[in-house]
Amino acid sequence: MRGIAFVWQFGEVILAIALAPLFSGWIAQCRAWMQNRTAPPLTQQYRMLRKLFNKDAALAEDASRLFRTAPYVLFGTMVLAAAIIPSVVTDLPFARAADAIALIGLFATARVFQALAAMDIGTAFGTLGARREMMVGFLAEPAILMVFFNAFLLFGSTALTSLVDNYATHPSLIDPSVVFAAIAFVMVLLAENARIPIDNPATHLELTMIHEAMVLEYSARHLALIEWASNLKLFNYACIGIALFIPWGIAIHGAAVGAVLIALVTLILKLALCGAALALIESVSAKLRIFRAPEFMAMAFLIAVLGLLVHLLLGANTGA
Amino acid sequence: MLRSHLDVELLKLLAAGMLLISFAMLSTRRTQQLITLFAWQGVVLFLSTSLVAHEARLTELYFSAGLTLILKVITLPLILHTLIKRLGAQWDNERLVNIPITMLVGLVLVIFAFGLAQPISQLATTITRHTIGIALAVILLSFLMMITRRKAVTQVIGFLAMENGLFFAATSATYGMPMVIELGIALDLLVAVFILGIFFFQIREQFDSLDLHHLESLREE
Amino acid sequence: MELWLVLGMPLVGTFVLAILGARRYAPEVNVGVSLATLLAASLLVVRIIRNGPLLVGHEQFSVDPFNVFLVALTAFVGLTTAIFSRPYMRIEEHHGRFTARRLRLYHSMYQLFMFAMFLALLTNNMGLVWVAMEAATLSTVLLVSLYRTKASLEAAWKYFILCGVGIAQALFGTILLYFAAERTLGRQGMTALLWTHLNAAKANLEPTVMGLAFVFLLVGYGTKVGLAPLHNWLPDAHAEGPTPVSAVLSGLLLNVALYAVIRCKALAVGSIGPLMPGRMLMAFGLLSAVLAAFFLWRQRDLKRLFGYSSIEHMGIITFAFGLGGPVANFAALLHMTVHSLTKSSIFFTAGHASQTAGTQQMDGIRGLVGTGPTIGWGLMLGSLAILGMPPFGVFASEFLILTTAMREHPWATPFLLVALGVAFAGIFVKVQPMAFGESDAPKLPHSPALVPVFVHLAIVLVLGLYIPPALAEWYRAAARLIG
Repeated sequence: MRGIAFVWQFGEVILAIALAPLFSGWIAQCRAWMQNRTAPPLTQQYRMLRKLFNKDAALAEDASRLFRTAPYVLFGTMVLAAAIIPSVVTDLPFARAADAIALIGLFATARVFQALAAMDIGTAFGTLGARREMMVGFLAEPAILMVFFNAFLLFGSTALTSLVDNYATHPSLIDPSVVFAAIAFVMVLLAENARIPIDNPATHLELTMIHEAMVLEYSARHLALIEWASNLKLFNYACIGIALFIPWGIAIHGAAVGAVLIALVTLILKLALCGAALALIESVSAKLRIFRAPEFMAMAFLIAVLGLLVHLLLGANTGA
Repeated sequence: MLRSHLDVELLKLLAAGMLLISFAMLSTRRTQQLITLFAWQGVVLFLSTSLVAHEARLTELYFSAGLTLILKVITLPLILHTLIKRLGAQWDNERLVNIPITMLVGLVLVIFAFGLAQPISQLATTITRHTIGIALAVILLSFLMMITRRKAVTQVIGFLAMENGLFFAATSATYGMPMVIELGIALDLLVAVFILGIFFFQIREQFDSLDLHHLESLREE
Repeated sequence: MELWLVLGMPLVGTFVLAILGARRYAPEVNVGVSLATLLAASLLVVRIIRNGPLLVGHEQFSVDPFNVFLVALTAFVGLTTAIFSRPYMRIEEHHGRFTARRLRLYHSMYQLFMFAMFLALLTNNMGLVWVAMEAATLSTVLLVSLYRTKASLEAAWKYFILCGVGIAQALFGTILLYFAAERTLGRQGMTALLWTHLNAAKANLEPTVMGLAFVFLLVGYGTKVGLAPLHNWLPDAHAEGPTPVSAVLSGLLLNVALYAVIRCKALAVGSIGPLMPGRMLMAFGLLSAVLAAFFLWRQRDLKRLFGYSSIEHMGIITFAFGLGGPVANFAALLHMTVHSLTKSSIFFTAGHASQTAGTQQMDGIRGLVGTGPTIGWGLMLGSLAILGMPPFGVFASEFLILTTAMREHPWATPFLLVALGVAFAGIFVKVQPMAFGESDAPKLPHSPALVPVFVHLAIVLVLGLYIPPALAEWYRAAARLIG
């Protein structure tokens, strides 16, 4: 195990933590451009985090330990997830301990804790948000699993790092199962990260909230950690998507420092593109009624399964 | 050879697109969107037929592709659009079973179709033989759409989508049927849509609605 | 030459009647065109008797023993139905069930339908068979809904959708057939779809593909034959459409659809052996016969009753074709002929009966023998004929089928007997009170044309007693062709 690998590992984690709020800010700015408004500055998220950290936490009287530790758990799982996703390099020592299924497990842990914390106080909106979140999550998990299965079938490994290693050397973007998996992945990304068309991140109407409803009771550093964690979640999802579908540029195993720097630059470019694309999708779609959310997820699941089937049918007999 | 490899990849992509459009047709609620999807299906068909014509060097297929373009991308959607505008049949919310279940049944049908098409694929000699399974899946999905919808217009579009699937099957398995037959089929389709148009007006005149459960009163006495 | 006339006359008739169809003399023009078609068909028959099978038009059209007698039958029933339709439609118009303008549609579609039938029968190209069958469906859809009532619209819609889906399956079967054929016969010059070539090369056709193709073709064209469980459109279409349309549907369309199935069966047998196609045909045939016989009992509408009777008889014919072998095929072909003639004559009388009584419900029709003796006795005799009473021809063919079944597949005989028995009882019980009994219905405004009825029944009687050698030879040659 190369010593420099640990440097890359920690570097990636710190990069993720640092860039996540910037990524969210970039998406907000793109949205504002597309909707012909002036955007808040890119560093708005950082300012908000700093403001929140400097405040005093106000907790409800019957808040349990769970309520107080949930933000830390959330943040921790997201950081762990960032550690095993190959965003810049694939030579990550921590990734050996966890493959993509464990990654999904990490996200699930985060979701469970968030839901439990939301129900902890006992307010109506918290429970509302928690139930909705679990419904969306319950449906999103099979879909994301199927997307991963697609990738596994194509490239023969469940560890994201080896996946990227394989893929970066034989890219076949126009393979139909890859296209299907990509579409399904984008749909799951929108659902899991509380974006339109599942949930409006800027909404103030409690009855239409999912994610926001769960954090209504939090303040100060707890809220800051939770917000940071959701930014990180979005960042992680984006990096997973990039690693699965457009991995060119990621420094593969055994690369030199120069390659890593190039990988860093390409990552920033790709993130910028992804952010713009996300903003476009959000601006063009309308928010779905909550009861249509299962249909949306069923569609995502279906498309992922279709990708699998199409691969089995078309890919297995590639003779041409 | 590199060019041929690219062609095959593109063909696979187009076939996958056909499948996706079929599923989208299954789940859409607006009739206008349905017709647009049908037109897109025609476009995909046109592109794939032209690709196959280019790859297998069969001029006949270019004519086929052109016929598809004129008929299924331009003429039929135009007729259908005017029909639903005059009939006021823009929405189709009622279904026999809800959307997620329909999708799951559709998935099962796709698996079934793929399995059924295996022996044929193995025997075929065309470059598109792997897409026969997808063609059969499109046919079965259109059939599902016909069964689970309540409005007459949607049933008709399902029927037309089935014909699309059949055409795709013909192109994938055998590089298309002889021209005369294709012309005959195209003529039949056009006439069928005309007759259906006349029919819809008659139905609406009698029933004031194009909902199909008005048309279920004839039973075994 | 005669072949072009047989095809051309109905086509010309379509256009002529599309223009003139609403005039007073349109029905006479209709009859005239049908007469001319019959003459052309007879000339064709004479030529075939003299010279044997022939291929015309770059091998695109072929006339062999199997389709030549069907061509003659179609032309004949077409003519008699046109004769029947003359007064019938006049009476309907008199009763105000539709306007004169609709008669234009009716007459032109009638001839177009005849054209489609002839095309399907005479063409050698399996793809054209499909196009013709689809054209036949389309031309009759608007005819079924002619009365524009709610029930007739529903019947026409069902007919369109069910037969449309069926014909789509048949198209898939044709594609598979072409696929199998292309590997053996190649793509050039469309020879891969010509039946004569396929028949010569059938042993070389790929078995798996042919098996699959046959299933789709059977299900597809079988929908148009009215085989259970795909028969749902048939009773409704027969009941709600005008009676001449019911007569041609029962008498002609079902036959031609079965003809298409049997052409495919001949190819399939050559490729995958007689077991699978035969068994499938027998299964569908028996199912149709039994199901129809039991459904018969619940019918209250006169034409629906005889619609189910058609399903039953087509089931018996399909069963016989499934049995295979010279005797069963002979019997099946004979049954096709006599059923067509008898059923159309029944529909003629039923049509006039319901016009006399003012209703199609059997409860409302009584005492036909009293009000219109020809109608009453015609119906009675026709029902007896279709039920298989000797000495009518139906008895002869059913007897042959039963004995062959008893010899080769004894397990099927109880089903057949049950189906025949139940249908016998069902129809007899319902027809008797209609023919006899008291009634005070008015006389019809135009005198009904019942010559066709008795001509048909006379032919069926003759065929029951004595089959002319030329006809018998035809049947035998066709039976040999089918295999």
